[in-house]
Amino acid sequence: MSYLPYAVAAWICLVGLAGVATSRNLVHLAVCLTVMQSSTYVLLLSVGYVAGGRAPIFKGAKPGAKAVDPVVQALTLTDVVVSVAVVALILALALDAHRLAGTVDPDGLADVHG
Amino acid sequence: MSWLPPLLVALPLLSAAAIAGGQRVTPRPLQDVVAVAAAVAATALSFLLLWQVGAREVVDWFGGWRPRGGVAVGVDFAVGPLAAGMCCAIGLVVALALVYSLAFLPGAGRPFQALLLVTLAAMDGFAMSGDLFNLFVWLELAGTAAYALTGFQVERLGPVQGAVNFAITNSVGGYLLAFGIALLYARTGALNLAAIGRVLAGKPAGGLVVAALTVVLCGFLVKGAVVPFHLWAADAYAVAPAPVCAVFGGVMTDIGLLGVARLYWTSFAGLVHGQTLGEVLLWLGIVSALLGGAMAFLQRHLKRLLAYSVVCHIGIMLAGIGLLEASALAGSELLFLAHALLTAGLFFVTGVLQADHGSVDELRLRGRGGRLLGLAWLGGSLGLTGAPYLGLYLGHGLLDEGASALGRPWAPALLWLGSALSGAALLRAGARIFLGWGAGRDPLLADALEEEPPGRAAGRRLLVTVAAVAVAGGLAISLVPGLGQRAAYAAARFRDRGAYAAAVLRGTPLRAPPRLPVSIEHTTLEGVLSACGATLAAAALALLALGRRRLPQALSTAAARTLGPPVRVLHAAHSGVVGDYVTWVAVGTAVTGAAWSVLLRGG
Amino acid sequence: MSRRGRLALLGPALLGLGALLGWGVAGLPAFGHYRGPYGFVLDRIVVPLRHTTNVVMGTTFDVRGVDTMGEEFILYAAVLGVTLLLRSGERGRPGRQAGERLGTDGLRLLGVTMVGGGVLVGLWLAAFGYVTPGGGFQGGALVAGTILLLYLVGGRSAYAPFLAEAALDPLESLGAGGYVVIGLAALASGLPFLTNLLGLGTPGSLVSGGSIAALNWASALAVTVALLTLFAEFLETYVVPLARADEA
Repeated sequence: MSYLPYAVAAWICLVGLAGVATSRNLVHLAVCLTVMQSSTYVLLLSVGYVAGGRAPIFKGAKPGAKAVDPVVQALTLTDVVVSVAVVALILALALDAHRLAGTVDPDGLADVHG
Repeated sequence: MSWLPPLLVALPLLSAAAIAGGQRVTPRPLQDVVAVAAAVAATALSFLLLWQVGAREVVDWFGGWRPRGGVAVGVDFAVGPLAAGMCCAIGLVVALALVYSLAFLPGAGRPFQALLLVTLAAMDGFAMSGDLFNLFVWLELAGTAAYALTGFQVERLGPVQGAVNFAITNSVGGYLLAFGIALLYARTGALNLAAIGRVLAGKPAGGLVVAALTVVLCGFLVKGAVVPFHLWAADAYAVAPAPVCAVFGGVMTDIGLLGVARLYWTSFAGLVHGQTLGEVLLWLGIVSALLGGAMAFLQRHLKRLLAYSVVCHIGIMLAGIGLLEASALAGSELLFLAHALLTAGLFFVTGVLQADHGSVDELRLRGRGGRLLGLAWLGGSLGLTGAPYLGLYLGHGLLDEGASALGRPWAPALLWLGSALSGAALLRAGARIFLGWGAGRDPLLADALEEEPPGRAAGRRLLVTVAAVAVAGGLAISLVPGLGQRAAYAAARFRDRGAYAAAVLRGTPLRAPPRLPVSIEHTTLEGVLSACGATLAAAALALLALGRRRLPQALSTAAARTLGPPVRVLHAAHSGVVGDYVTWVAVGTAVTGAAWSVLLRGG
Repeated sequence: MSRRGRLALLGPALLGLGALLGWGVAGLPAFGHYRGPYGFVLDRIVVPLRHTTNVVMGTTFDVRGVDTMGEEFILYAAVLGVTLLLRSGERGRPGRQAGERLGTDGLRLLGVTMVGGGVLVGLWLAAFGYVTPGGGFQGGALVAGTILLLYLVGGRSAYAPFLAEAALDPLESLGAGGYVVIGLAALASGLPFLTNLLGLGTPGSLVSGGSIAALNWASALAVTVALLTLFAEFLETYVVPLARADEA
């Protein structure tokens, strides 16, 4: 039980990576990348958890009360924005690929190779 | 003077926002001036910073959050001479690329210049940062801007594919890096590099640390286009516009290597058996040098050829880092400086060829190149091969010295071979394009790619001037008096984990620096002979490739039969399909992880 | 490589990577036993030093403010990139758009209420971000998302003001550039970049945190406008061909 969240994070990372490597659709691939990124959220937030700790919001509480780690929450927020940016770019590229090649299958986009 | 590092990042970012936001309001010439001025100002500030860091480590804590009770609470920029030197080179290359794009891409629109300035800021921030998560943020910022710049000419499928492969492969690397950051944070309770190093010093590397450092270093290696994480590079460089390729190939790929070096010497060097980290890096470097050189030799598309030449030289620089020795690191620094300018110059030359003739295919351009451009190409090729006292010569010499000092003379020999192969590719291409030698057909080379549309040749003189300036600057690196000694001093500062931690965490000033002579570095006879040998070997290989028809029939059929299958395998592996690339990233991470698991446990 | 070859390489690689990551996470401290000093120090010092009761936002905008500046520009670069990549696509002409408004009046009323309510909640989240759970990013994302609802509810004509690039571009630059300017203001006063300059106020009220409040609003603006620009680009490029197919 005490290692389950970490195992889940590692599993999500591998599943996302497998999805990215075997995907046949760029939109599906963008979602798989998001899944892979979600593993870092799970890991960060699990690492910072303090048993019996409150959220690090001290309105109405004294500042010395036991609280979970606020740093990992700030890091996760930044990670989410990074993920949004990358997904937006890949979706735009998928639209362009559909317009130019009629397909969003990454295997069918091998125009440049060798 | 600790206001310099943040200004170096804030100025280009603010200029980018101003240019992109004001694109409908302000006239285009004004925006062009602002863009170039911002890049030039950033370069000038980098040189000022370089002068400042000679005597001390410039440490700036953002928001004034200095360490409290030994805990590094804030984010810092900690700059030494190596990082400052890198910022200077980055600024120079981006400034040249911006000037070049004024004539090469006159209708580019303001987002293009804004994205280049954002890339500049991100690379400078990466070079200066002393916080692990901050490194990740700058890496992702540079990446995001780069993906967009690669797919710039979206009228054709090639740029879309290149951008997709680039974006997906580098994002996978970035997310692996983020996973590793979480693991390291849990182990050490800190994100500051010096603090992490302090916690890990003297400890054996358990499973947690091995897994963390594997994914972190592999994340940087993906950015650095090291084999087997390099497959995205050729696709991206083949389709991006020439000034963008100059920035990518010249400086952006190298920041991945800086990340690896920075992490090693601030955080992992103190681990028990920590030196074994360098072994794997050395071998990855050697394989990259050889594979990059071989693949470069098999290309007919000039920008792909240059991309593989970048992979080859990245491999040489990584080998210099992996040797973990002072002269070798100094050699890698000098290689970086010369390589940045020379590669940028060669990409600028391909841009002019594309604007003149509408093609960057070596076979289709046969005999059509102009004389001045040919001189620039020749200069760049000789500089990249490391001909005596030109370009990469000094860096190669220092690296070889370092390897011999460790008793590994076979390492420079293998790197020499890779360098000769990529040099041969460049010389062959140059001879075919500018002198018209060789046949119009070559079955060993990769398939032809789609034709590039002819660009406008507006301001051709400016384009050629920028290319010539870049090549001349790169060639001169080995001749700048005093640069060799200062590179050695910078390397010594970079490797000194204790002094770095003391400067960052406690503000301890450094020992007084030695007075460095201002003279051209003395090199050994072996260095000169090795350089001559490399140049001659490259020229001989190039001639062999050009004059294959004149060989006796039996010899050429035998060669075709032995070389054919491996060449086909190589071409097939670089398939252009992103699923394959991500598979190789997974394979590479698993294999290096296995190697480090064994080595770091003392096996 | 053929698909089978790729799977043959991928399988063992994922197994190896899984073993590595599994071995790695087994070495972590057990769940709930966070040890490191960094989080505990911040929990203790941010409220007295910066008067923001939401320590996460205090960390995001002050202690690690430079990370957030980089993150703003990542979003900005992505928006610039999407604009660059989609500009060659077909642009929408406001023609006959059949069957695009929601059916019944009751449904439209519900939609409008949701839009109004959502915008209010988003603004509240952004405004009190550094006091209670919330923040500039969260509020901005909610506001942008509910404005998109307007497209479903009222159709293209109701959404048209939010498709105007001439208005969105300068606002985006104001949000992202504003962040840098606030940081530079500290630099100009001789303090380190991004030092908290304004008065700190009382913890638990809207007037607290000093420049954290300003940075909070700058990022709320940047995130809202960035997401609206992304929606505008995608709607212009993707929906128009569908509409043409309807008419054909």
